[in-house]
Amino acid sequence: MEIKHTALAGTLESSDVQITLSEGKGISIDLDSQVEKQFGKQIKKVVTDLLAKYEISDVKVHVVDKGALDCTIKARLIAAIQRATDTQNEQNWGVLE
Amino acid sequence: MLNKVNREIPDEILKDKNYKPFETTEIGNPETTYVAHNVKVSQGNDKLVDSIKDVIAKVGLKDGMTISFHHHFREGDFVFNMVMQEIIDEGFKDLTLAPSSLTNVMNDMVIKAIKAGTVTHITSSGMRGSLGDFISHGGLKDPVVLRSHGNRARSIENGDIKIDVAFLGVPNSDAVGNANAIKGDAVFGSMGYSLMDAKYADKVVLLTDTIMPYPNTPASVKQTQVDYVVKVSKVGDPEKIGSGATRFTKDPKELKIAKTVNQVITHSPYFKDGFSFQTGSGGAALAVSRYLRESMIDKNIKASFALGGITKPTVDLLEEGLVNKILDVQDFDKGAAASMANNENQQEIDSSWYADPYNKGAAVNQLDVCILSALEIDTKFNVNVMTGSDGVLRGAIGGHQDAANAKLTIISAPLVRGRIATVVPDVTTVVTPGDSIDVLVTEVGIAINPRRKDLIEALKDVPGVPVYTIEELQKRAEAIVGKPEKLQFTDRPVALIEYRDGSLIDTVYQVKD
Repeated sequence: MEIKHTALAGTLESSDVQITLSEGKGISIDLDSQVEKQFGKQIKKVVTDLLAKYEISDVKVHVVDKGALDCTIKARLIAAIQRATDTQNEQNWGVLE
Repeated sequence: MLNKVNREIPDEILKDKNYKPFETTEIGNPETTYVAHNVKVSQGNDKLVDSIKDVIAKVGLKDGMTISFHHHFREGDFVFNMVMQEIIDEGFKDLTLAPSSLTNVMNDMVIKAIKAGTVTHITSSGMRGSLGDFISHGGLKDPVVLRSHGNRARSIENGDIKIDVAFLGVPNSDAVGNANAIKGDAVFGSMGYSLMDAKYADKVVLLTDTIMPYPNTPASVKQTQVDYVVKVSKVGDPEKIGSGATRFTKDPKELKIAKTVNQVITHSPYFKDGFSFQTGSGGAALAVSRYLRESMIDKNIKASFALGGITKPTVDLLEEGLVNKILDVQDFDKGAAASMANNENQQEIDSSWYADPYNKGAAVNQLDVCILSALEIDTKFNVNVMTGSDGVLRGAIGGHQDAANAKLTIISAPLVRGRIATVVPDVTTVVTPGDSIDVLVTEVGIAINPRRKDLIEALKDVPGVPVYTIEELQKRAEAIVGKPEKLQFTDRPVALIEYRDGSLIDTVYQVKD
């Protein structure tokens, strides 16, 4: 899938995450997290795994994490992807486990 | 070598600093000798000094000396920064800073003093914010020594901390040094921690904005102890000394924890007429006193005393007749500080009386129930209140190790905070050994230290209070947040955590970034 325009999902409340997607070459993830030392790799893995399922290979991802759990990160990323690809009305059930 | 809580203590630190590794929470009956201090005899008629600059000259401050302060003004402290700035300006070097603790308002000045070479050694109860960050990144060559309030009293008495000059801010004093903290603009109630400095420092300087007619009573600090009194414009900001009106938490998780803590107390064998308790501050602790009040009225049980850092809800219990006495080493809010002037049963105690392991019996040894918090608690019940989940110094031992001597020591803590587990396989830093912890209360249930078979029996059928092993709670936390990567440290120690008897319980290393 292709990123059509910049879109974001999520808030900066604690235990939430705000994810902004914009057009880019290849996948680049810019992570800002209070728990980066402990969970930075895991957060990036959740993001790249989900992007792969959507077959998105060119995107700039900006993640501002406030200690969100993996399920929250997935939910916010899915919302951001749907917004950035104009597919809000076409649920991709296949990406959900 | 490995100490008894399985922490690797570098041999060179044991040797160079003459430390013993932590062995046991049992203090026993060792013999000790208290040190004396020097007295420059005075008739008391010319103690009043106009400026900090003048008093520094009069006390004969020299490079390499140890200076002390108290932290009773908390975030409203003006005294520390005023005095420290002057000491830096005059170019003093290589001082040891030995305050009762360091609050955020002092952070920038401490960093400045370290960078100027004015301060080269620190001992404190704790540190947080920018200073904790600075130290954890290797800002000070010599590791900071962190001690509990009781251990600081012990160390002052036996000379491990030898204070050359104590600079003590007070809300009022007369011209010869009779002072208290219950009158004036910047009242903070009990002078608890600073009373040790007044008693043992070679030179004692009081700084105040309010000079009272002689004799100023009640006198917490006495004219016999004081060398000089300095009049300054303002010692503190009353709005920031204590939190204002205490509001009870509305957070359902904290309320659930508080309710469970209360159930643990009321179903324990200690909940009977004449029991005693320490609750501390913080949302859940305050809520506990509300539930405890109801239970005490229901069962017609009164407490003999409440101990420790005191808050308004505890004073309310005193005024209601549910608590007979308060033994008060520190006041956390305005209500508690202000009431000390009116309640003769709110007794000011110094930190030796409060918690010192090496005297002829401290108040903590009489304590039945104690509620403490934790940044982390591990499956051995060891508690960390010092380093954050990133390994950076951001807390204080306070009275944690001391009050954990209570017959029933309860840790109240949420299972997880955001993505950080509170119940972990191994705490980052051991501050209070698991041997002194009895029950962990979380929002999902409790875990009881296996050593306490009596409590396991007493608490097995409390309605709505499921009992887990601490391993089960740890796994439950991990299932929510995942498995964190191990923190990375360099091999350079930045802080030494003493146990209350002066042995070394853990070492904090510089963080790797």
